[in-house]
Amino acid sequence: MSVDKDTVAKIANLARIAVSDDELESTAGELNNILDWVEQLSEVSTEGVEAMTSVVAASLPRREDKVTDGGYRDQVLKNAPVSEHGFFAVPKVIE
Amino acid sequence: MTELTKLTLSAARDGLHNRDFTAREITEQHVNAIEDAKELNTYIEVTTNQALQMADAADEMIKSGNAKSMTGIPIGIKDLYCTKGFHSCAASHILDGFKPEYESTVTSNLWNDGAVMLGKTNMDEFAMGSSNENSYYGPVKNPWRAGNSDKDTVPGGSSGGSAAAVAADISIATTGTDTGGSIRQPASFAGLVGLKPTYGRCSRFGMIAFASSLDQAGPLTKSVRDAAIMLESMAGYDEKDSTCINIPVPNYEAALTGDISGLKVGIPNEYRVDGMPGEIEKLWQQGIAWLKDAGAQIIDISLPHTKYALPTYYIVAPAECSSNLARYDGVKYGLRVTGDSLDDMYKNTRAAGFGDEVKRRILIGTYVLSAGYYDAYYLKAQRVRTLIANDFKAAYEKCDVILTPTAPSAAFELGDKISDPLAMYLNDVFTVPASLAGLPGVSVPAGLSAEGLPLGLQVLGQAFGEEQMLNVADVLEKAAAFNVKPTKWWGE
Amino acid sequence: MRNLYQGATGDWEVVIGLEIHAQVISESKLFSGASTKFGSEPNTQVSFVCSAQPGMLPVINEECVRQAVRTGLAMGCQINLRSVFDRKNYFYADLPQGYQISQFKDPIVGEGVVTVDLEDGSTKDIGVERLHLEQDAGKSMHDQHPSMTYVDLNRSGVALMEIVSKPDMRSAEEAGAYFKKIRSLVRYAGTCDGNMDQGSMRADVNVSVRRPGEPLGTRTETKNVNSIRYVMMVIESEIRRQVDVLEDGGTIDQETRLFEVATGTTRTMRSKEEAHDYRYFPDPDLLPLEFSQAFVDELAKEMPELSDAKKARFIKDLHISAYNAGVLVAEKESADYFEELLSATVEKSGKQVSELGTMVSNWVTGDLFGALKKLGKGITGSPVSIAHAAELLSLQVDGTISGRIAKEVFENMLESGKSPEVIVDEKGLKQVSDTGAIETMIDEILVANADKVEEYRGGKEKLYGFFVGQVMKQTGGKANPQVVNQLLRPKLDG
Repeated sequence: MSVDKDTVAKIANLARIAVSDDELESTAGELNNILDWVEQLSEVSTEGVEAMTSVVAASLPRREDKVTDGGYRDQVLKNAPVSEHGFFAVPKVIE
Repeated sequence: MTELTKLTLSAARDGLHNRDFTAREITEQHVNAIEDAKELNTYIEVTTNQALQMADAADEMIKSGNAKSMTGIPIGIKDLYCTKGFHSCAASHILDGFKPEYESTVTSNLWNDGAVMLGKTNMDEFAMGSSNENSYYGPVKNPWRAGNSDKDTVPGGSSGGSAAAVAADISIATTGTDTGGSIRQPASFAGLVGLKPTYGRCSRFGMIAFASSLDQAGPLTKSVRDAAIMLESMAGYDEKDSTCINIPVPNYEAALTGDISGLKVGIPNEYRVDGMPGEIEKLWQQGIAWLKDAGAQIIDISLPHTKYALPTYYIVAPAECSSNLARYDGVKYGLRVTGDSLDDMYKNTRAAGFGDEVKRRILIGTYVLSAGYYDAYYLKAQRVRTLIANDFKAAYEKCDVILTPTAPSAAFELGDKISDPLAMYLNDVFTVPASLAGLPGVSVPAGLSAEGLPLGLQVLGQAFGEEQMLNVADVLEKAAAFNVKPTKWWGE
Repeated sequence: MRNLYQGATGDWEVVIGLEIHAQVISESKLFSGASTKFGSEPNTQVSFVCSAQPGMLPVINEECVRQAVRTGLAMGCQINLRSVFDRKNYFYADLPQGYQISQFKDPIVGEGVVTVDLEDGSTKDIGVERLHLEQDAGKSMHDQHPSMTYVDLNRSGVALMEIVSKPDMRSAEEAGAYFKKIRSLVRYAGTCDGNMDQGSMRADVNVSVRRPGEPLGTRTETKNVNSIRYVMMVIESEIRRQVDVLEDGGTIDQETRLFEVATGTTRTMRSKEEAHDYRYFPDPDLLPLEFSQAFVDELAKEMPELSDAKKARFIKDLHISAYNAGVLVAEKESADYFEELLSATVEKSGKQVSELGTMVSNWVTGDLFGALKKLGKGITGSPVSIAHAAELLSLQVDGTISGRIAKEVFENMLESGKSPEVIVDEKGLKQVSDTGAIETMIDEILVANADKVEEYRGGKEKLYGFFVGQVMKQTGGKANPQVVNQLLRPKLDG
């Protein structure tokens, strides 16, 4: 499996990272180097092996249904690049 | 007055408790030393006022008889930890100006015990890297240089700033984080002790995430005893982290008995990798001999899937990072680069905000999770990960701890490997397997390379077996009697 | 019965599946301690966790787990003792993490079947594929600023149950009935308030058409439809559109569409996303969710009676008609009102439940529902209290007023809000059961209408009604009809 320029463009779009046309080729090369290297995993027989979901042997802790957080809008918005009237603001979206 | 910056944590603690000096004095000396060592670029932000306030509060604690081991100890905090009201940017451009309104659990624990924050230490952006060259704030210089060379070496990564700060005596100890070796490898490069606890031992709450299933907080210190003291303060259950385990924190320092007679030390054959320098093999043999002399039993063990650990890691960690870093989108905090549409704003912000290595890993991670490739890459890697964890389980049927080298080389020169990602990744060959299995590991300085750079040996423990692991590390440290300091070439 | 749609070139079959998003009733959010309260000032119910600040981690709310299990039990579904939370990765302004925590491969609830009632009195089984827990997104407002979209994260992280049906529905009516049934079930179970106006329930509607017997056609998904009526409109409009496209030789694009209330039709979303690639993977911040069968059993034991069981009980124990029972249980509030009224009437009148069931159910489904419909009110907004209604029905049961007078009194109650006893007293509406008085009245009427009496006796029996009418006229409708009958018939028959 190897990635071409189109694939790089596709995943860069999925990851929302602008990659210029002239960077596509070199990025594809870098990614292929890494992907070719990890390819060696195909040597390992993993038939019937469970995929790891957690390295710790514990059960998921659950919290009580109580309101214990929130109610501090100023702090939530404090680091926002743009906020207006208590909202976060982003370039207009057309649905 | 003695140079308080040279003290180990345990010596500083004893001095503070005995009122030989004050927290203010030791803090002021560090603040001055930091100023003198600016060119190392270890600190991204120095929080002098905060440090002095905290030092005064610590002196009050000591006066009132409520001192803990960490009270009055000046430490640096890796920029990956959120510290309320202070620079917490993971050394990334994308978090420009971000000052969290909350405190990480690990740093809260340290402050509750009276520790003093000197500042935020430099690191590889989002903890991705092994040389600290991937920082928006520029590379960190290792205080160690080869022989009489005036060429800069890297301090390792990603906790490079944390390592260099302790090695340069501009912090008594520091916090680091370890995802695939980011505490242990820099410790080895800088002649320090670096400890990665069992996954789940320390809370990840408030620690900026790189790869959630691997990230763990840990200390970088001047001695094994220091690491034991500091881990005790950092560790503990936290209901705000669902992967944090509710097991009482033992008194790690009390575990340092020096008695390891009869203890079984496993030596994994698969860690003899191609191209490993002879001096590292030699040091490893020396380490084995020291432990044997101390009464340990040496057992050959096999960890058959070792060679697959790195490729597994470079699928799992990028996959998690591609998702964890999706929140940096220019909406809620940090950098925003405008665009004509929401999507353009995302793309411009993320292209400008992330460095090359971070982008590379996000793209790899996006690819291995994408439709059609998930099974071949991500699922396959998580299955191999199970096999790697099973290797350790089987090995620990036969032995109590495992001894390996920490890194396949000593510190290399700045710029040497930055253009070759794969060569850089190989730095973590000995640290990554335990990370994938969630097991604890500690690097102990054990000797010098032919060029006069420090080399470390790694002791791996069983899950939540930090006490035994630290005890072995302590014996190793004493046997190695590593007491060399880098020759000061920076500052006045 | 098959629902086929006639196109210009022949018959078409429609295949419908619904993904219903139901907001879980809980105090705090699924993974954060922020409040779920509706209608607060923007971003005031947001924590650092639900605004995805760096280093924040999710911790699950146990009540949301219970609610999902209860809902699964209500739908007769398999409960999975182990389930896994996955991340669904995509970028959007109101998705602060850049991913939604959801369940992909291993949901908390598995397959089940719900039975729905159709207009013609028949029923149909609709398969439930699964129910999973997930986070809601925030809210984007596009019309507040000329060049910006505003984002409110109050809803971000609120627990949703996504209930996915099998593609078992074949008409808008079936889909409407299924949505209604699910809404009723979650309301009975107390797991979702079903409040569509506030967005507590909404559906993604998947529609495709095919020639009968052929494989499934390409489907479209119309997102976020927030009423049962709109769901049915979406389906009708999609059937027409898809059949038109296909009959013109075109093909259907697999796409996401939006419903336009103004036109009652759907349209392609303008912000056309690339083919969805959500890159699901298990959330490494969470461990698998595991619980014991005992945990499920305990919840099952505490479950309230659901509509199907209630309906069966109404028919069996209260002897009321299947139709009335169905109408009453459709909404939990009407069933509750009916049961409370029935017991209040039993207490007031001293009669047996079985004697009153039919009468009370007729009154609720007939008189009361009719009046509420005219007033544009729901059962919870009824201007007539249970106590007053019970009083009214008791007056009828003990013969104080007739059924006809009861209707008059009810009208008055709606207007005045007075108690029926007061109205009957004030207006002197008490039924006349005094045999002496009625007998005298009858004698007078017979004398005054001697010619009609002759005609009756001559065989014109239809005139009986005339005499009853005369008695009622003279008593202002208050004569007890039974007493009138008892006295009139023998006198007329001589």
